[in-house]
Amino acid sequence: MGTINIQKTKSIDQVNTQERVSRLFSRSIKKESKMQALYLALSMIDLTTLEGKDSEGKVKQLCYKASHLHYKHPGLPYVAAICVYPPMVPIAKKELAGTGINVASVATAFPSGMADINAKLDEVKSVVDAGADEVDMVISRGRFLNGDYDYVSDEISQVKDACGKAHLKVILETGELVTLDNVQLASDIAMEAGADFIKTSTGKVSPAATPPVVLTMLEAIRDFQIKTGKKIGMKPAGGISTAKQAIQYLVMIKETLGDDWLSPNLFRFGASSLANDILMQIMKQSTGQYQSKDYFSID
Amino acid sequence: MSQRIDIQKTYKLFIGGKFPRTESGRYIKWTDKKGTTVVNICRGSRKDFRNAMVSARSASNGWSSRTAYNRAQILYRVGEMLEGRREQFMAELTLQGLTNKQAENEINQSIDRLIYYAGWADKFQQVFSRVNPVSLPYFNFTLPEATGVVAAIAPDDTSLLGLVSIIAPVIAGGNSIVILASESRPLSSISFAEVLHTSDVPGGVINILTGYRSELIEHFSSHMDVNAIIYCGNNPDDQKLVETNAALNVKHVIQFPLQDWSNDKHQSPYHILKCQETKTTWHPIGV
Repeated sequence: MGTINIQKTKSIDQVNTQERVSRLFSRSIKKESKMQALYLALSMIDLTTLEGKDSEGKVKQLCYKASHLHYKHPGLPYVAAICVYPPMVPIAKKELAGTGINVASVATAFPSGMADINAKLDEVKSVVDAGADEVDMVISRGRFLNGDYDYVSDEISQVKDACGKAHLKVILETGELVTLDNVQLASDIAMEAGADFIKTSTGKVSPAATPPVVLTMLEAIRDFQIKTGKKIGMKPAGGISTAKQAIQYLVMIKETLGDDWLSPNLFRFGASSLANDILMQIMKQSTGQYQSKDYFSID
Repeated sequence: MSQRIDIQKTYKLFIGGKFPRTESGRYIKWTDKKGTTVVNICRGSRKDFRNAMVSARSASNGWSSRTAYNRAQILYRVGEMLEGRREQFMAELTLQGLTNKQAENEINQSIDRLIYYAGWADKFQQVFSRVNPVSLPYFNFTLPEATGVVAAIAPDDTSLLGLVSIIAPVIAGGNSIVILASESRPLSSISFAEVLHTSDVPGGVINILTGYRSELIEHFSSHMDVNAIIYCGNNPDDQKLVETNAALNVKHVIQFPLQDWSNDKHQSPYHILKCQETKTTWHPIGV
């Protein structure tokens, strides 16, 4: 990769970004279109479990949930993928066989990214060999904040090579990048280095996906498409737990990138509790009664 | 000195420990006996109720897992705070049609009721728990536990005493509550929320809405996350609706037809028991 020219990125207007976010988020999506949005959002979920205490049983349960969201409401879509730690990939792969649901695995010393590059590449290769369809890597934020952009860029392209056919999602961990300018720069670096998706957060750092950060990344994707013709996907993750937030993000993406991105191929939600909230909303829309968590399976 | 401008109070809702306006932006003109508009009252909506339910649910675990003694202290504190605001409640109750004497009685009784249930908060569980004789090698015991979230339609004919008499036993038992204040006498309910606000009652444990019964009763009774519903009133259609909707998720239904809330029968530990679940434990012991 060539040297990254930081001069070319224009500075982000923070006030304007905030203003645009609040305008987009005040849109009201009701009835028919709300139902459509809820179904769409369900199909975009990367159902995630990334905990130290994850067990085989928990992953199996999550995989079952992925294709059986709510038995009382037939015709629901499947979620897009299951996102797990590397040792859980073979289990998830086996459980999801025949469903068409992808297995995504975090790799590259998730969530800190603090490991030797060779160790990271070995980890990526091993999850791909184990059958992962998608790899979620983290960038080296320490190096990035030190201004070592070449290192970050080279690392991403090496990981991309190691991925082979698997899709690569690059986690910027925007909660540690401090400014929107940094978010934009990191997005550009990741996309130029070969990311298929850029993703906001690991979910382990607060703040996770905030609306201004997501908008900044979407605009970076738009600019990259104009420049290169390539369509890069987007995945906000962490802190998205309500159907309302999900619909707000769908509005934002439609207005920023257009209809092509309203598809699980180019947009994902990284979430664990979002699915149930969307299901509760769908049941509310179809029965007229507000729902209770008691009647939905825990994932 | 120039004449002062009247500062009129904005009566808002009480949800999650905060005082939001209704999300619907609607209001009801509340008029006194002479027909003069005195204040605007929030006309709570289905969504206000929904938001209140979310708050009540998230507050429910924390409240029920506090020590019973602490719940007792907080209830006592509510009584103390109400005592300190006598004048405000006197003014509101008389404005809503009571004589000075009646208003004073209503305030006294409301305070007494809070203190009464504060006393029972850390005692009812011992009194109503029991050890059951079983002819198997088990130590078998039964105890009451909080039902969860209670939705309540407060009595219409009293502004304060009815409200307090419904809320106190429910929260003494470790439940959280969403209550619709009296439709015709709503003023004291929101002032009572101010008392709660200064009494260490955690946000969301008690949520008070104002608005029309006819509009909200359907949602109060059909919401799947409500564990028990209290209905105060004599309207047979409402009574039937509550019973029918409660069947959706088998809510407890507690009905109080029109009655005198100053009667001593409204002070009883059995009222706490109405919003409790009975848990029986079989604990293995040596043969």
